[in-house]
Amino acid sequence: MKYTEEHEWLLPEGDLIVVGITAHAAEQLGDVVFVELPEVGTEVTKDEDVVVIESVKAASDILAPLDGEIVEVNEALTENPGLVNEDATGGGWFFKMKVSDAAPMDDYMDEAAYNKFIG
Amino acid sequence: MTDLLRTPLYGLHLELGGKMVPFTGYDMPVQFAGIMAEHQHTREKAGLFDVSHMGQVILRAESYQAVAGAFERLVPMNVLGLGEGRQRYGLFTNEQGGVLDDLMFANRGDHLFVVVNAACKEADIARMRAALEPDISVTYIEDRALLALQGPAAVDVLAAINPAAGEMKFMDVATLDLNGAQCWVSRSGYTGEDGYEISVPADQAVDLARALLAHDDVMPIGLGARDSLRLEAGLCLYGHDMDEDTLPAEAGLVWAIQKARRAGGEREGGFPGAQAVLEQIASGAARKRVGLRPEGRAPMREGVELFATSEGGEAIGKITSGGFGPTVGGPVAMGYVPVDLAKADTTVFGELRGKRMPLSVTSLPFVAANFKR
Repeated sequence: MKYTEEHEWLLPEGDLIVVGITAHAAEQLGDVVFVELPEVGTEVTKDEDVVVIESVKAASDILAPLDGEIVEVNEALTENPGLVNEDATGGGWFFKMKVSDAAPMDDYMDEAAYNKFIG
Repeated sequence: MTDLLRTPLYGLHLELGGKMVPFTGYDMPVQFAGIMAEHQHTREKAGLFDVSHMGQVILRAESYQAVAGAFERLVPMNVLGLGEGRQRYGLFTNEQGGVLDDLMFANRGDHLFVVVNAACKEADIARMRAALEPDISVTYIEDRALLALQGPAAVDVLAAINPAAGEMKFMDVATLDLNGAQCWVSRSGYTGEDGYEISVPADQAVDLARALLAHDDVMPIGLGARDSLRLEAGLCLYGHDMDEDTLPAEAGLVWAIQKARRAGGEREGGFPGAQAVLEQIASGAARKRVGLRPEGRAPMREGVELFATSEGGEAIGKITSGGFGPTVGGPVAMGYVPVDLAKADTTVFGELRGKRMPLSVTSLPFVAANFKR
């Protein structure tokens, strides 16, 4: 698993990459009450807003970590946005994307580096 | 940046794991266990809030009647007719009839006890001094904390400490010994739940808070849940749901202006902006504060502009408070719309991230009040 400075995690799954936010980020956000997911088939470019998370406190944007296409979204979050708090790195995933070039993933942090980052 | 002030409970907040944020000049806890859990706990059992940042003021003269008569020059409320041991909700108005702050005031026998909002307290105290001194003494009470114990279990928790608390009715005030402290207690609050507000000497505040928290039903509550509770209860937050450009009638606060001060009453007018305030009551406001339920699941927050149609047209109003209502289980908001769109079940549209999303106008409150009248 790789981590961005925006507190997203990226997990390769076959030729796809699963994206969510870290437990640390979920805790900072507070109780998540709404997640707006992109439409399947959307082409995204790195750093473009793709997901809106609303917690009891505020709205936050999640950026696309890489260039690619959204091929699957976690529909369970529509009914149960609290999954982001309960299981941030598992059942709380946001979307799966197909990327043409996975190489930029190597620039992201590994777990040790991320833990140091959030210190 | 200036240093943040601390309430007498600051150390206890840290000890309890409160997440601290700056709020109206004070370092205050926004949450402890989490906003959702705290909100639900308050609705089901009881929550303890630190509201010591609010301004506590005593107005005194030779008699309550002398103070009340003078205070009526500042507020459109019936202060003279308020019985001993009773409290009322009030508003300070300006010369245009706009609301300068909202407040609670109580007849405590030989004096008037006033509680005002933290953000407005300096201006409120200056205004009271300018208008009332030297005939009336205006004393800012800085050596007492203010706690709120709110929720259906609050009565049993407080009555276990002093049974007299259980005898009080909604909006009664009394001086009670609580845990060895002489407390000024009112049966009121701002959550829509039964409960109490407790003014306690600063040096005894932590002990009292600990005694209350020792009860299994009581949990510490931060500002986050305080806001969602008052929003579900349909209560105005000053500076958001009303301000100096808002008249009482459009804010839906005519109920707070007793008959004695209205047109035809025995002491009609006689407060700042009386003409504008009474005229709007008589002729009706052009816009009204309403409850709004977003039809989707996305919360719509303060500042979201409202439209009559799903496309085109000018904004017709905006949301003044909004968020997720944990008891409602969905997004809730309040805002202002023209009267012709203020009827329940009217659909209006809020512009969220460039998209117009439907909201339906609803009567307030979202969650029925649970007061012990």
